Formats: sequence, C-alpha cells, structure tokens
Amino acid sequence: MENEAKNSIIRLFHVSKRYGTKNALLDVTLDVYKNEFLFISGPSGAGKSTLLKLLFLGETVTEGQILVDGMNLSRISRSRVPFLRRRIGIVFQDYKLIPTKSVYENVALVLEAAGVKRRIVTKKVKSVLRTVGMEDRIDSLPPSLSGGEQQRVAVARAVVGDPMIILADEPTGSLDAESARIILDLLKAFHERDTTVIVATHDTQLIRKEGARTIYLDQGQLQTPTIS
Amino acid sequence: MAGAYKRAIRDILDNRFLNAVTVITIALSILIVSAFALLFINVNDLMHSWRDSLRVMVYLKSDVAVAELSDVEQKIRLMPNIKAVHFVSKEDALAQLKSQMPGQASLFQNLKENPLPDAFEIRVQPDADVNQKITYLVGELKRFPWVEQIEYGQRWLGKFTNIFNLFRISGYAAGCLFLMAAVFIVANTIRLVIYARRDEVEIMRLVGAADNFIKAPFYVEGVIQGALGGFIGLAVCLGLFFFISSKMDQGLTAEILQVRFLPVWVWLAVWFASITVGWLGCFISLKQYLKN
Ligand SMILES: Nc1ncnc2c1ncn2[C@@H]1O[C@H](COP(=O)(O)OP(=O)(O)O)[C@@H](O)[C@H]1O
Ligand SMILES: [Mg+2]
Repeated sequence: MENEAKNSIIRLFHVSKRYGTKNALLDVTLDVYKNEFLFISGPSGAGKSTLLKLLFLGETVTEGQILVDGMNLSRISRSRVPFLRRRIGIVFQDYKLIPTKSVYENVALVLEAAGVKRRIVTKKVKSVLRTVGMEDRIDSLPPSLSGGEQQRVAVARAVVGDPMIILADEPTGSLDAESARIILDLLKAFHERDTTVIVATHDTQLIRKEGARTIYLDQGQLQTPTIS
Repeated sequence: MAGAYKRAIRDILDNRFLNAVTVITIALSILIVSAFALLFINVNDLMHSWRDSLRVMVYLKSDVAVAELSDVEQKIRLMPNIKAVHFVSKEDALAQLKSQMPGQASLFQNLKENPLPDAFEIRVQPDADVNQKITYLVGELKRFPWVEQIEYGQRWLGKFTNIFNLFRISGYAAGCLFLMAAVFIVANTIRLVIYARRDEVEIMRLVGAADNFIKAPFYVEGVIQGALGGFIGLAVCLGLFFFISSKMDQGLTAEILQVRFLPVWVWLAVWFASITVGWLGCFISLKQYLKN
C-alpha cells in the first residue's frame, strides 16, 4: 500500500457520484499509476465520462475522496481549479474546439491562459501541430477540417501545456477506423513522453489490440479490479 | 492583455448592431447629463455675477461729522462677509448724477446746496447664501444711530435661487437615472455577448483559463463602449453648444449673457463617469454569470 501510494498519480477512495437519485458511480476505489496508459471500458451509461469529469472537477463527488498529483480535489478552492486543469489535458468525443478561432489560436489558448510568453507560445504551438501533422492547417478554422483532423488539433491542444495527465473521453467515438488509429497512436506517443493517459471508451475492439491495463465499469461499479 | 483587446474588438465587430445601440444609449445619457451640467454652470455664472453686482447702500445722516467717517467705515469693515466698502461722498454722488444726466445741466445749476447724503457702498461676498448675509448685515446696520436709510434689492434673487436649486436637484436626479439606465443596458449587452460565447467560455475553463483571463475581454468591451459613448455624447453636446451660442451671438443677448462651455475638469469627470458606466455594466453581468 505504501509503495502504491508513492507511484500513484490519481487515487480514488470509495467515490460515489449521484445525479438526483441515480448512482452514476458507486463506491469506486482506484489507483492510477504514474506514466500508466489506462483504458476505462464499459457499456454506454456505465459512468466512464462521469469518472473523468470528477478528475478535472467538471463535477464534484457526492461521497469519497479523490487525490490528483497529491491534491485533494474536495479541498481545492474555486480559484485553484485552473491550476489543476493546467496539469491535465482533456480530449473529448466532440473535439470542443472553438469554431471561430483558427487551429493555431485554439491550441495557443492553453498557453496564453497560463500566462506563457508570446514567443514561447508560437514556438510550442507550431512544434506540437507539426507532431500531430496539422502544421499545414495552422490558419484554418475547425469547421473546415475533417473529424479526424479536428481531433488531432484537440490532441495537440491537450498536450501543448506539457500536462502530467491526459484524459480522453471516447476520443475515437466519432471517427472512422483510420482516423481512430492515428489518434490512438498519437496518445500512445505522448504516453511515451512520461505522461499518464486515461482513455474512456466503449469500443472493445480498440482496446483488444493494446496491452494496456483496462478497468470495466458497469452501472457505476468497478467490475474487474486490475489486470496488468 | 493584448489578447483581451483583440477579442474585445472582435466581439464588438461581431455584434455591431448590439454594440451600436449600446454606445448610442450611453451617448444619449451622457448628452443629457452634460447638457444639464452646461446649463447649470452657465446659470450659476449668471447668478454669481448678479450676486456680485449686489450693493447695499447705507445713506448717512447729514449730521455725521467728517471726522467720524473713518470710524464708521472701520465699523462696517469689521462686520462679517464684507467684500468691499466704498465711501461715496455727496459731492461724488452729485457728480455721478450729473454725468448720468448730461442734458439736464440747468437742473443742477439751480441747486444752492447738495441735497444728496454721504453714503457707503457695501459689497458682500457673493456666495450662494448671500441673501441671508445681506439680511443679517442690514439688521446690524440699522442699529447704528448714524444710519439714515439702507437700500438693497435682493428679494427676487432669493426666490430665483430657490427655484434654481430645486431645478438643479431634479437635474442631478434625472442625470443619475439616465446613467443607471445606461449601466443596465451595458450589462444586458455584455450578458448577451457572454451568452453567445458560452461554449467558448466553457472550453476556456476546461483548458485551465482563470476567471480573470476569461473576464478581461468583457471588461475591455464595456470600457470601450463607455469611452466611445461618452466621447460621442460630449462631442454632440459641444456641437450643439457652438451651434446655439453662434445663433445667440447675433442677438443682443451676447452682451449681457456670457456663455461658456464646460470646464476641462467637468469634461473629464463626465467622460470618466461614462467609462465607469461601461465598467459597471460589465461588472454586474459578470457577477450574475459567475453565480452559475
Ligand atoms: N449531468 C447529468 N445529469 C443527470 N444524469 C447524468 C448526468 N450525466 C450523466 N448522467 C447519468 O449518469 C450515468 C453515467 O453517465 P456517463 O458517465 O455519461 O456514462 P458513460 O460515459 O459511461 O456512457 C448515466 O445513466 C447518465 O444518464
Ligand atoms: Mg461517455
């Protein structure tokens, strides 16, 4: 247990989340280790998205405790939430890009919000867009891009701030097989750079070929403890 | 911060109609406020010059000895709120009368002796409560044995001052109401802009933007609206002022009525108020938005 605590970057203790009377999560206890690649699987409505939301304080727990990188999420004041989120990069199924801002501006936003100097912003954004293969579309607006391209921009945005954790909620859910492959490979590439990656997906096909640890949720409850 | 300006300007251009309506509303309220201020300042000037021209004439009994005059003058000077005391001897008074009636020289030649009394012409500090001061002064003067008669005419001014004060208070109240209305119109505009940008704001929060980073462009937008509206309102007021005063110059009124535009500090104060209106409107709508 001591050893686990040292290597855990995320810890959940008996976490429950209720919406009204419905239990979206029920008594979930879980450790996610530093630099781990973790899949959260389970049928639609199982509570995968809810679990990720709790991690970046998109929602707050009903019961239990969550530690992220040593921070107790129930003790974080409103004004500190941005600092938590700067350590976490998030990828959504629907990309969540700002449609009126260019690809460059969408990615740069993360660094600007963190108060990074303009010169460094330019350098970092260009570099990360090159990594995801979107450097040619730097001035495009997101609606002019394909779904796969938009998700690549979203991944670039998630990683540009060098987060410790990447959370991806059904990142391939709206994509064709080839685009899905590219996105997953990108996430794996960033995992190689000492980042903890958690991917929530109901697509068991996607998981099968990967050797990563997978946890299963069903009706808000953790099904299999851990398979390493 | 540069980003905040950029986004504010883009928001304004994206919502041109809404912003135009807001700026015009601010401009109108600033026009009304500055027109009131203009009127007050000029009426105040006018009243000041009237008050300044007020004289209390103290006519002395003919048995007051020349030697006593300086003593009497000293006594008057020591009374409160005296601005100036001027001795008008009966000879001076006669000379002045003659010069005022040049065609009537024969009338004065028949006089064996000067029928006019010696007098003191007293001017009082021309403050707003000059009426009470004069009333008090007259009361004091009447007690002296050497006073024959006292002449002063300020009663109508007192009435006018009261009416003007009432008018001024209602003017201030109206100005405040217009400014408050402007604040709520700005608040509403910003609220609509926030609503239009709610997805963008949500995304900014998700990527770790702090409240101040999100709010800054809205403040810039509100302040730009306020500054622009105030500028337009004051410019229109200035234009109207020159138009009207150029018309007035041609009339006889120009000589008795000296009009002037607002002094610089009032300009700046009104403009500052206008910017505050923009800022406050933004503050109110962002406060609401933060609650959710
Ligand atoms: N904001 C919400 N309000 C009410 N119920 C919700 C809300 N979000 C999720 N739920 C419910 O919680 C359960 C888990 O949802 P979710 O975490 O989105 O599942 P998954 O991502 O695994 O499909 C579902 O039954 C869903 O209807
Ligand atoms: Mg989901």
